[in-house]
Parts: sequence; C-alpha cells; structure tokens
Amino acid sequence: MNNGGAFRIVPAGDSAVIVEFDERIDPIVNARTVACADAIQAANISGVRDVAPSFRSVAVYFDPLRTPYDVLMAALEEHAARPVADGTSDRNPIRIPVCYGGDLGPDLPNVAAFAKLSEADVIELHASTTYRVFMLGFVVGFAYMGIVDDRIAVPRHSTPRVRVPLGTVGIAGVQTGIYPAETPGGWQLIGRTPVKPFDASRAEPFLMKAGDSVQFYAIDRAQYDRIEREGVRTSATCPP
Amino acid sequence: MNVRVIKPGMLTTIQDRGRWGLQARGVPVAGPMDPVSHRLANALVGNDGDAATLEITLLGPELEFEAERVIAVAGAEFEMTLDNKPVPMHAPFIVSAESRLRFGARRRGVRAYLAIAGGIAIAPTLGSRSTHLISAMGGIDGRALRAGDLLPIGDGSGGRGSASALSESLMPLPDHHARIRVLPGPQADYFTADALDRLQSRPYVIGQNSDRMGFRLEGPRLPHSRGADIISDATPLGVLQVPASGQPILLMADRQTSGGYPKIATVISADISVAGQLGPGDTIAFAVCDPREAMAALIAQERVLMAIESPAR
Repeated sequence: MNNGGAFRIVPAGDSAVIVEFDERIDPIVNARTVACADAIQAANISGVRDVAPSFRSVAVYFDPLRTPYDVLMAALEEHAARPVADGTSDRNPIRIPVCYGGDLGPDLPNVAAFAKLSEADVIELHASTTYRVFMLGFVVGFAYMGIVDDRIAVPRHSTPRVRVPLGTVGIAGVQTGIYPAETPGGWQLIGRTPVKPFDASRAEPFLMKAGDSVQFYAIDRAQYDRIEREGVRTSATCPP
Repeated sequence: MNVRVIKPGMLTTIQDRGRWGLQARGVPVAGPMDPVSHRLANALVGNDGDAATLEITLLGPELEFEAERVIAVAGAEFEMTLDNKPVPMHAPFIVSAESRLRFGARRRGVRAYLAIAGGIAIAPTLGSRSTHLISAMGGIDGRALRAGDLLPIGDGSGGRGSASALSESLMPLPDHHARIRVLPGPQADYFTADALDRLQSRPYVIGQNSDRMGFRLEGPRLPHSRGADIISDATPLGVLQVPASGQPILLMADRQTSGGYPKIATVISADISVAGQLGPGDTIAFAVCDPREAMAALIAQERVLMAIESPAR
C-alpha cells in the first residue's frame, strides 16, 4: 500500500515547505498529495497561511514567527506517510456540458486527423472518460485534468494562440482543461462550455478543486446558447 | 469620506497583505512588493497591518481628500507637498478637507505606500482588497488607479504611531543596487554543483521586462543538471525559477501560483522588501545564507515594526 512511493520534505526559503511525492503525473500519487494537503489544512496549525497541492507535491506557506515549526513538521511527516487506497475519487463527478467543434472548438478537425478518427469519435472519447482534477494553477480557477485517452492526446501547439476565449475546452497531451478567463493559450481547442469555471460573484466561486472528478457531455449550439443565457451551472441541474 | 484621484501616477494600485488561502484554487496572492513599508505606513496612522494602502510606483499621484484625516507615506523617498507645502515621509500628518497631496521628485527606491487612517474600504474580492492586475481582481475593477477614481475610506481617527522614533534605518532603501540573501532550494539539486557559486559570482541586472509578477534577471547562467522542465509545482514568493535559458526569474508579489521550471533558491523573508524597492536596470548581488541568519534578520525586523505598532506607554 505504499502507493505514491516515498516522500521528502524540502524547505522553500524560510516561510514555505514543500512535501514532494513521486515525480510523475499519476492519479494515485495525486490522490496521496491531495489527501496530505487536506489533512494539513484540517490540522489548523497556527501561523499556516495557505496549503496548496499540485500534481505531486504540497506547498505549505506559513508565518515563520507565528508557526510552531516542530508541530508543523511532525504533522507533515505524519500525513505524508499515510497511504491512500487508490487514485479514484470518491466524490460525485461534476458534469460539465460542452458544445464541441465548429467555431467554438476550432482544433477538433486537427485532433480527429491526429487520431485518424471522425470528429464524432473524438467527442465520444473525450466525453466518455471520467477525469481527475490534478491541481489548479496557471490562472485563477484553471483545473489541470486527466488522463485523456491516448488516441486523442494531441500535443499542444508549438505557437500558442494570443487569445483563447473563456470557457474553451482544450487538450494538451494527456491533459484536458477549461480556460476560466480569456488568456493566451497553446492547447488544442475542441469545444466550449457555457459554465464558468470561476466566477467571483457566485456563492461558490470555483467549479472545481483538486481531487474532484469531472465528466463532460456534449450539447448542441442551441443548448449552449440557452445555458449561457439562463446561467445554468451546477451539475445537479444539468441533464444527464 | 473619499479620496479623489486627480492624477493616478505611473502605476498606483490598492494593496493589503494579499489574497492568502486560495492558492489551491490557482488564486495568486498579490499584496505589497515591499511588505515592510506597507506595514509601516499602516502603523504610522494607527491602522491594522492588513489595511489596504496605495502602492505608488516610480511616479506618484495627485490626490484630493474630502475630509480631514491622518495619513502617512513610507517606502521609496519622494518629495511631497500638501497644498504646496512640503510634508515629510515616514511620519503621520493631517490632511484637511479639500487639501491636495502631490508627489514630486523621487530620490531613492521604487515603491512608496500611502496609508490613510481607516484604510481604503473598497469591497474585498475573495477576502482581499489587493489588486492583481493580470487576473483583473481586487482594487478598483482589478486595475491601477485612474484620474477621477473615488476611493472610499473606512472610519478611523488614527495617529497612534510614533513619528519621532522613526528613522530610515528600519529598512535601508537600496540605491539601484542591493545585496539579497537567499536560502538554497526547493530544487537546488536540479542544477550543476557550481550553480549556487555562479549565482553569487556577479550581480544580476533586473531586465526591462520586469514587473510586479517577477524580475527577469540578466547575469551568470545557471546550468541545469536534469533539464529545465519539471512537473508544475508551487512558486513561493521570492523564489528564483530558472527556465532553459539559465537566466533566473525572481518571482514577486503578482506571481502565478505554480510553474514548471526548477527553482534554485529562495529570497529570505527579511530581504523581500529590499527587492521590492528595485526596478528595471537595478542590480542584485545574491548571497546564500543559512536558516539561522534568515530568522535572526526577520526577528530583528519584526521587533522594530512591533515597537512602532505598539509604542511603549
């Protein structure tokens, strides 16, 4: 049960420490990472400012003048050593509608050509996988998800686009994600969701967190426009 | 009570201590580039250290005050006038209703912090008032101040700090050059054995393409031993990340929460504020220190700040 392998704790300056697990992008390693981050957060150690999991490490930010360092290190050792059962998420999948292809997914033909499949098959492959949210980063609310089916795991563009619209769904190798704001971006753009991954004005501003599982489902343009207009957003209110 | 922005200055943003606690959701911390001067300005007017101030960059603003209030400016040395009469830095003073504060010549340092008793009381976003320019979050619509902006100010009489106790010795303002101490890691083992020596061998110049997000440094190349790509992980304040070019980037207040380059060393907390007073064209001489020295420097800094925040009765 030593899944996730060994770990090491390395300082990053005098006010952060990083707990590192095996150096690979893997659901089990990430499950252990997220469990460790959750446990450190729950331990509520005074002086700790922020706990942030990434693919295979947890960053703990603290005020060095107000944190009992020995208590923090003991907690890190304890929680980092704890194994997890497996890499599957016990959380209900978040279901996210996507209008694939057309002007909302201009790279869908590229991906189909790469895979030597029809566009419909690519959509089927992308929407039939349950993805794990490995981490959030890059910009506010951007979730790195995987693992994308090998057949459609197209590498990112060598030259990023200057402008990718909010809500665009992309593929970069075995990763998939949704652009939560208009930014530059090099991912292969296959569709767009009318659901905002991040909205500061919402009661729950973030759609996803590390460790969540996500399923996409295809909608047509009329449904896209309707959801965008009416603001349907939670998975509970989305049709199956 | 409001403050009216007559001229915005070059880059004036609203900053509190930063948007902590949401890096797991990819939310950058932001906050002041020079946290010591931010805290000092607040202390001088009797504010809590987390109150929002104005971070003023290189060229200061012109402001009009609707009502009488205590204010103070700390950090980079500017000439300032209130209704055309000189007013001091690093000391609280009273602005009367309809008075105008103008920033003039800058003598030293890059960023000054203007605190107003009661703090700037714009609505917080995700728990903080700090402006993060790239994600257009916090402050006023996530942007720098513009002429015509009205800044609401919270209640507060203020003026509790002790002006006379203050000299500029709290944090020596760098004059276009600073010695900055670092601790190795978190990924010093991704570099060749001599990389830390190279880091300290000659000063680095802060490149033109440098801002609140980070300083692109030009100087001795830092060779990787295991490639320049890592699986994206955390990017703490003050970390030196090194892309394939071997030229380090010092990550500052507006950094992203994660990045995919190895990080050779991290600036100690006590020296972050010194770095925050540098700008493009200025130079940094890095010096590796040990955790003991880092903590001693931070404790010394904290003692001075606490003495100003709670003067002996």
